[in-house]
Amino acid sequence: MEHAVETTLTVNGTRVSRRIAPRQHLVDFLRDELGLTGSHIGCEHGVCGACTVRVNGEIVRGCLMLAVQANGCRVDTIEGLSDSGELKALQKAFHEKNALQCGFCTPGMLMAAQDLVVQKKKCSREEIRSHISGNYCRCTGYQAIVDAIEQVLNGQS
Amino acid sequence: MAKAELPLHAPGTQLDKGYIGQSVPRPNAQRLLQGRGTFLDDLRFPRLAHVAFLRSPYAHAKIKTLDFKAALASPGVIGAFDGRAVAEYCTPWIAVLAHLKGIKSPPQHAIAIERACWQGEAVAAVVAESRSQAEDAVALIEAQWEELPVVVDMDEALAGNTVIHPELGDNICFKRELDTGGVEEAFARAHVVVEDTFHFGRHTGVCLEGRAILADYNAAEHSLTVYHATQAPHMMQDIFSRHLNIPEANVRVITRDVGGSFGIKVHVYADEMATAALSVMLRRPVKFVADRLESFLSDIHAREHKARVRLACTRSGEILAFELDDLTAIGPYSVYPRTSGIEGNQVVNLTGAPYRHQKYRAKMHVVFTNKNVTCQYRAVGHPIAVALTEGIVDLAAQKLGIDAAEFRRKNLIPDDAYPYTFPSGIKFEKLSHQKCLEKLLQLMNYGDLRQQQETLRASGVYRGIGLAAMIEVTNPSPAFYGVGGARISAQDGATLRLEPTGMVTVMCSVTEQGQGTEAVFAQVAASAVGVTLDKVRVITGDTAVTPYGGGTWASRGAGIGGEAVLLAGRSLRSNILDVASQILKTDKATLDILNNEVVNRLTLETKLPLAELGRVAYFRPDTLPTDFQSELSVTRHYTPRQYGFTFTNGMQASSLEVDPDTGFVRLLKHWCVEDAGTLINPMLVDEQIRGGVVQGIGAALYEECLYGPDGQLLNGNLADYLVPMSGEMCDIVCAHLETPTRQSQLGAKGVGEAGTAGAPAAVMNAINDALAPLGARVSAMPFTPERILKALGKA
Repeated sequence: MEHAVETTLTVNGTRVSRRIAPRQHLVDFLRDELGLTGSHIGCEHGVCGACTVRVNGEIVRGCLMLAVQANGCRVDTIEGLSDSGELKALQKAFHEKNALQCGFCTPGMLMAAQDLVVQKKKCSREEIRSHISGNYCRCTGYQAIVDAIEQVLNGQS
Repeated sequence: MAKAELPLHAPGTQLDKGYIGQSVPRPNAQRLLQGRGTFLDDLRFPRLAHVAFLRSPYAHAKIKTLDFKAALASPGVIGAFDGRAVAEYCTPWIAVLAHLKGIKSPPQHAIAIERACWQGEAVAAVVAESRSQAEDAVALIEAQWEELPVVVDMDEALAGNTVIHPELGDNICFKRELDTGGVEEAFARAHVVVEDTFHFGRHTGVCLEGRAILADYNAAEHSLTVYHATQAPHMMQDIFSRHLNIPEANVRVITRDVGGSFGIKVHVYADEMATAALSVMLRRPVKFVADRLESFLSDIHAREHKARVRLACTRSGEILAFELDDLTAIGPYSVYPRTSGIEGNQVVNLTGAPYRHQKYRAKMHVVFTNKNVTCQYRAVGHPIAVALTEGIVDLAAQKLGIDAAEFRRKNLIPDDAYPYTFPSGIKFEKLSHQKCLEKLLQLMNYGDLRQQQETLRASGVYRGIGLAAMIEVTNPSPAFYGVGGARISAQDGATLRLEPTGMVTVMCSVTEQGQGTEAVFAQVAASAVGVTLDKVRVITGDTAVTPYGGGTWASRGAGIGGEAVLLAGRSLRSNILDVASQILKTDKATLDILNNEVVNRLTLETKLPLAELGRVAYFRPDTLPTDFQSELSVTRHYTPRQYGFTFTNGMQASSLEVDPDTGFVRLLKHWCVEDAGTLINPMLVDEQIRGGVVQGIGAALYEECLYGPDGQLLNGNLADYLVPMSGEMCDIVCAHLETPTRQSQLGAKGVGEAGTAGAPAAVMNAINDALAPLGARVSAMPFTPERILKALGKA
């Protein structure tokens, strides 16, 4: 492998070490090296948000970060947050309100939405729309997604 | 008792109501919510190879030489191939249909040979152990080109001074004329004639998941298994078989989760055919996933139209006649196998169609250009026809000083006029335009909105209200493609099987791309058999498993596939009761199935759980009479035949504000009243409509594939090509009428395209309504701030 760099990170609570090509994006690493295919690749230039994952608690675009940059970091993906139960309320609301169709944007959308949930802020529909405006959904028209997030945020108060 | 638990035979209805009409969440959505779906790129195979394509950097150029030497020496490379090499394994195709008289197109190869006809056309393929290695090697191919004259403008294409395919004689792919007669006379006696020319930008589907295919050839069996993000697995099975010369029975197409399709994934793409051929050539699995940049260059585009439309009416506002002249450009090839003549054809069929005039004349040309190909994308032709119709109708109303709603009220085809034949020849079984209009006006508080608009204008706030009536082609019969010779199935089938545990497995040829197809099939199956929804599993998307059928397109899944499921479900119910009657030694007529149990039809007393019936039928048939055989799998098919298409109707409205200083449009609210016949799952229907409306809003305000005069795509990435994001969208209010089609027992019509069909017209009319007091008007989509400022004389 060309100029592989030894990289160690914690993914969904498990420590992993790999020799990684410096040019490999974080999302490609998660998908191709770790088999975590829940983070999707939609544009590879940082616009669509399908590859949104959490690095050290902050949501980032997995296509705009190199895997080697995650050395020493804690990375959480849709699989991890599903298993830990952290996304349970959002997933339930998304399901009940049909806030997904094809489901390709959904993991990224949930990661973005959870970012609002952890901030424990009450948000207006406009603020929710603004917060997820970096996540492209071609199917739903967004309204059910806003409804679902709104339900979870209001339920928190 | 919850509605879902009500007895199934609702008195006086044709339907086993059950779950039909209920907004139940989609059972198959859970895996998607946890990131545990299986999209094509999620599949892992031993010996999987990856292909990347060298794409033409020119819109029209001769390929002088392709030197693969450096590419072949690049790490991980398995092979590099030009068009001739791939053509040995994959025959070319010509996309014409017999019922589109005179349509012509040249043969198209999986990889271009000698000449590239649009920027982005694949001219060579490199297969490597990883996608990045394949891409690295593509960059090392030495290509020499000779640029050829390009045709990018539609009018130039029509004029034909430069002919792209000299062997065809001109640049005209297809033309059509239609004349009911009496149009001249109608225009001559009209008190008012209005005319405008409308422009529609090219745009594209932008599915979040790129096109994707993984072909796995087995040399020992001469068999090909293709994992494919497609809407039409059986159609693709036929096409792979014929063009790769593999017996159809040896070709299996499997479609797992698909990340959006919208018509983009129902066509034959050259690079996907090349991928399948490469798998045969290399005797190993080969995968191709279009990345975002090549999606913009090679996913079908749609819509590019320029149309002049005229309307004649009386002083009192009665429409007398429509006249249309449409010009549309489709790139250098008609797209296989549906052809690229259908969109223009639809525009001719549908323009003016909600209204009751009888005189209509239309002319339409489809021309070749050196841009990416165009073909059927969600709502095919409808957004053009609806915008032309509703744009010119508003202009007439404005000229006469009649309110837009009142003008429509006068002219819509009356609800008691059906069955009705529109002057273009299309037939409507039963529509409800008038009821739709009244319901919409009530829903949006039309009168109050108008008053508010007037008040705000006085303070310099320019709000607009736009209305758009529409019809939509759904549930097509073989009249759409089959009659023209295309091997595209208009029928679909469903197999229902009672499992020993009392579960019901449904296998249906219609596919799922997120619309909720599998959920509505589960609802129909549960209702028809008499089980609860949790007892149903649905399997779609595998040619080796499901009955044969057309798949998902033209808003046909629920109406056609759903009917097949209903028929199979009723038959299975009857067969289950045959078994129950034997086990219980009771007259079948006294039995029914309710909530997973055989019950007494009158008392609803439990007689036999289906799990017990399954146990006996499968494992202890020795306890049943020797002359009795249980049949717990049933297959039924359905094809709509009485009408060519099962039209739906609806009406949309947009409320928005235009900032005359910046040209920006702020959407305030959008309404849609739709009559799609029997609603199976209102929540899913609403979401189909909302998603469709937002795609239509994208067309109206943001989306355009911009080309330079040299045929170069200028904005082929997601940063420069604007799609609707949540921040700009408004809430969309949906309401429904239900006029079931009498052609089927289910009565469902389609709903997938209505939103996209009507929204551009509603938004356009709202913008022009807002601009009217400023004396400005726009007619070229998308209505960018720049275009609006130009119309206001400010740019």
